[in-house]
Amino acid sequence: MQPDSSVSCAPGLMAAPSVAGSTLLTAQVHAKLSERLFVAAVWLAAALVAASFLWIVADIAFHGFAKLSWSFLTEAPRSSGRKGGISTILVSTLLILAVTVAVAVPLGVGVAVWLSEFSRRSSRTARVINIALDVLAGIPSIVFGLFGNAFFCVFLGLGFSIVSGGLTLACMALPILIRATESGLSAVPHDWRQGAAALGLSKAAALWHVLLPAAAPAITAGLLLGIGRAVAETAALVFTSGYVDRMPESLMDSGRSLAVHIYDLSMNVSGGDQAAYASALVLIGLLIVINAVAIQLSNRFMKSRIQPA
Amino acid sequence: MTPVALTPHSPYTLGTLQSGPACCVPQPILEIKNLTVRYGDSTALDGVSLDIYKGCITALIGPSGCGKTSFLSSLNRLADLIPAAKISGDVRFNGESIYAPGVDVRRLRTQIGMVFQKANPFPLSIRRNLEMPLKEHGVRHSHELKARVENALQDVGLWDEVKDRLDTPALQLSGGQQQRLCIARALVLKPSVLLMDEPCSALDPISSGVVEDLILRLRGTYTVVIVTHNLAQAKRIANYAAFFWMKERVGKLIEFGQSQQLFEAPVDSLTAAYVSGSRG
Repeated sequence: MQPDSSVSCAPGLMAAPSVAGSTLLTAQVHAKLSERLFVAAVWLAAALVAASFLWIVADIAFHGFAKLSWSFLTEAPRSSGRKGGISTILVSTLLILAVTVAVAVPLGVGVAVWLSEFSRRSSRTARVINIALDVLAGIPSIVFGLFGNAFFCVFLGLGFSIVSGGLTLACMALPILIRATESGLSAVPHDWRQGAAALGLSKAAALWHVLLPAAAPAITAGLLLGIGRAVAETAALVFTSGYVDRMPESLMDSGRSLAVHIYDLSMNVSGGDQAAYASALVLIGLLIVINAVAIQLSNRFMKSRIQPA
Repeated sequence: MTPVALTPHSPYTLGTLQSGPACCVPQPILEIKNLTVRYGDSTALDGVSLDIYKGCITALIGPSGCGKTSFLSSLNRLADLIPAAKISGDVRFNGESIYAPGVDVRRLRTQIGMVFQKANPFPLSIRRNLEMPLKEHGVRHSHELKARVENALQDVGLWDEVKDRLDTPALQLSGGQQQRLCIARALVLKPSVLLMDEPCSALDPISSGVVEDLILRLRGTYTVVIVTHNLAQAKRIANYAAFFWMKERVGKLIEFGQSQQLFEAPVDSLTAAYVSGSRG
């Protein structure tokens, strides 16, 4: 800020320095004040978010840590989860997630590749798919649950099963994954597509060797968001994979996910609070592990083909 | 122009510079008949007919937007990538129409390679930039791969500069090296024609000189069609030159002939004005 120069440059201010000069000064004070307020507000917002996150984690860790032990992870729940552990729940959760990922990744990447590489943005099909994705992304999970129940459990006859739950979650994760992959692909420089075509490479080769590896970080980010949404899901699972807390013997068995378990313990089981906290802690840990593994995998996929500059 | 050695003692498989004996007997490798390129409602290029002679360097000159790049990318059917592009007329490569139904476009593009204005090496290692296209076109044996990669890099004078770091990222190379790698990537598939779209315009003068020298080396072994805005460069390297100009917002071929004649005794007054620098 250079207050002198602005005054000396304006002849009008020289003529009436006492009045105009003071208004200028107050304007500057105002500007400074609002700048400070703005900066403070931004800092406050960031601090609030960080604090609430830390508070949640600390609260869960504080209440749940005592219950957390190796046997808690390896034992089956007893007495509706008040006693025992969460081994069966963990297995069900991982199986449901596996079904989700196995269905969502190929389907999602496939749709994204079609949208960004094979369709014209203005074509009717592409427009319909884009609108469908936007709507799907905003649908409440309970609606997915009812749809999953009606379609997978009843219509396809899969019943209350891990497959039904996984497929329902895949429907929920798909829009996020497709959007992320598509934007990742469209961020890949067009030069590479041109270069690949000029070498007579097939579209599949260009995608496999250049475009998909270059978009791998975006795909991973989308997958993680999708998994995050899926793993936190209760409403969609209650109606599809059910809440039987036995060890599932096949994918066609009903299985209770961690989030459903936490919901059940805290809402329906008196005296289940501590187990609920410990389960929540495990859920957070699981998310962190999944994040780390996914980022590792995508880095390896990228490095095996692509060399970052 | 005197030959400039890229690095001393580097063995070039293409041999030293030659002054175009292959061009003494013009033998067309590409025959373009009445080629018109439209994008939607606008016509980029209208009714162009000319022959590209085997083993020669043909320079395409003219102001921006007069259809030179459209012309170039309809020779290897790269214009197919642009959904709105419509091409009429005919292009014959070794006597056969490349727009006939049932033409294997991918095979065609291995025979007619292309290098772009902006170097576009893939974000892979130097080696994989050359190996990947070879593998995709069915070269499997590791010693053949190795030999062809080395040959291509030798041909563009890059071998001595990169032989110790073949597995480092190609994007770490300098701009001029990247462009030479892209030329090597096109050459590794053993094309007979090389299309170059302003290959030197994004390079500094030294790198540009190195690439220009390389293009001269290609003459005889390869047929080169090069778009350039650098008239001096066109004059230095080209055997034949084609001058394009916009007439009523439509790209037209104004004059085509031997480079010396087009630059020193142009027939058309527009050409004369352009090459003397008084227009365009």
